[in-house]
Amino acid sequence: MRLSPDEIIFWQYGFFKLNATIVFTWGLMLVLAVGAKLITRKLSVGLERARWQNVLEIIVIAIAKQIQEVGLSQPNKYLGFLGTLVLFLAMAALCTIIPGYQPPTGSLSTTAALALCVFVAVPLFGIEERGLGNYLKSYAQPTFIMLPFNIISEISRTLALAVRLFGNMMSGAMIIAILLTITPFIFPIVMMALGLLTGMVQAYIFFILATVYIAAATRVRMPGTGAEHNH
Amino acid sequence: MDSMTIIAVASIFTAGITTGFGTMAPALGEGRSVATALTSLAQQPDASATITRTLFVGLAMIESTAIYCFVVSMILIFANPFWNHVIAQAAGK
Repeated sequence: MRLSPDEIIFWQYGFFKLNATIVFTWGLMLVLAVGAKLITRKLSVGLERARWQNVLEIIVIAIAKQIQEVGLSQPNKYLGFLGTLVLFLAMAALCTIIPGYQPPTGSLSTTAALALCVFVAVPLFGIEERGLGNYLKSYAQPTFIMLPFNIISEISRTLALAVRLFGNMMSGAMIIAILLTITPFIFPIVMMALGLLTGMVQAYIFFILATVYIAAATRVRMPGTGAEHNH
Repeated sequence: MDSMTIIAVASIFTAGITTGFGTMAPALGEGRSVATALTSLAQQPDASATITRTLFVGLAMIESTAIYCFVVSMILIFANPFWNHVIAQAAGK
């Protein structure tokens, strides 16, 4: 019983292993990058535009609107990082339709890497918005006793991000594998549809949580009035 | 009972109980949160986008505890280090 796509190894040379996780991740990266490049070759700003450009615009505007609704008033600064997160995760979940494909997010390595990216990005954006002193002071809010708890909560929510995504994707793949051995073909197909749904929901959740953490890190308190706003 | 039997019995039993509790408690929490969300949707239908989004985020946070229990059960059944150690010992003998 395979627990993750890490165990399917295509090629090995000493220490370097080319396993299914890496291959499928590169495949996804290729599809996303080449697809985006092809679609944005001839962008038009008028009312006449190509179909695929329309699709991309809908997606990008939806992501920007979500970022804004969570509380970041300048979504374009964070659109690169957060948009990439959600598009990569959504594509990884969507491609389970293709036979022979194992989602790379079903491996703890991928989800831990993405969670570490968020872990690094949150202080980076926070320091960029508020300056190093203000950001470090926020760890001691509301009282100085909260300092260890704030640090622990940073680490634990990174861990939770990684394990949540890994658990959802791995459980989907595993339930389908188990069902395929014991039931007629219709049940694995239904479970695959459910796996698609949970994959998309988990991609959205990862993105929203990353946005919420960044919004919390870049919040600026106006001195005296107590009101908060994002730059 | 030798140690192999004890490890096997403990792993199977614990895996079953972990999954049992892991499905019950989050289900109760999610049921309460959906009920509250429905009440507030009935009171303010025009805030449905915010309510729905917050509901889904909350459900995912609750679901993650169930996922932790599932991961532990899977580890106990399929990637159990104690079982592997005992099997390696028995094979080496």
